[in-house]
Amino acid sequence: MLPNVPPVCYLIVSALIFAIGAVGVLIRRDAIVIFMCIEMMLSAVNLSLITASHYLDSLDGVLMVFFVMTVAAAEAAVGLAIFVLLYRGRGTIKVDEINLLKW
Amino acid sequence: MGSLFHWIVFILTALTAIFAAVMVITRRNPIHSALFLVLNFLCIAVLYLLLNSQFIAIIQVMIYAGAIMMLVIFVIMLLSVEEERRTYKVRLSPAKVIGLVVALILFAELVYGIALRVLPGVKGEFTPEKIAQMGDIKAVASLLFTRFLFPFEVASILLLVGIIGAVILSKKER
Repeated sequence: MLPNVPPVCYLIVSALIFAIGAVGVLIRRDAIVIFMCIEMMLSAVNLSLITASHYLDSLDGVLMVFFVMTVAAAEAAVGLAIFVLLYRGRGTIKVDEINLLKW
Repeated sequence: MGSLFHWIVFILTALTAIFAAVMVITRRNPIHSALFLVLNFLCIAVLYLLLNSQFIAIIQVMIYAGAIMMLVIFVIMLLSVEEERRTYKVRLSPAKVIGLVVALILFAELVYGIALRVLPGVKGEFTPEKIAQMGDIKAVASLLFTRFLFPFEVASILLLVGIIGAVILSKKER
């Protein structure tokens, strides 16, 4: 009989997806793709919270994930509105060309 | 519940999730990235099911893979980002190399932190048997409306602010 899947496996999958998301944020130049990578990182963090919650017999992690998802939904609404606004004003959403706040 | 079944499903979904994540950051067409991100979210929902969190698995599919990705794809279509991709050249600039190295260091640190001590902490009261007896959603709700009532209300205000912000931002100035 095999042992159960240890929590460290889930945590490493979560860490790997988080790191891949971080690579995406750093190397991509498209604001929408960067936004999607951030969503992927949030979801990877959720996976580690659920893992902890399951293996520690607690529901606090589940509730935390619930709130993270709420914040992600609000972030998506406002972030995508900002992209539409940027595109309307500047005709592009490539982050290299959006440099008004750069000194 | 068969342990072998758990292992097979875990390995398959974990590999698919990682593959989808890599495809998200390497595809040039944002639509392809978005569709692979949906695949990644669905795989993570399956992992949630393996972790006995049915409620979170359902809202992962509904909110992330459904609502948020629908918004993202809608905006990609709206902005016609597609046309920009022809001018987009993939070249390994120094900034990208530095970014890759930094992310590798981040991953090494995360793995070190995970392997150092796996899940220290006190055990809670919600054992799988108790959750199975109560029902997952009922157990979550019993905490949500008692101990987490204040964050719940704050979350509702946050969503309201998000709606108002989105409307104000996308309104045309006159």
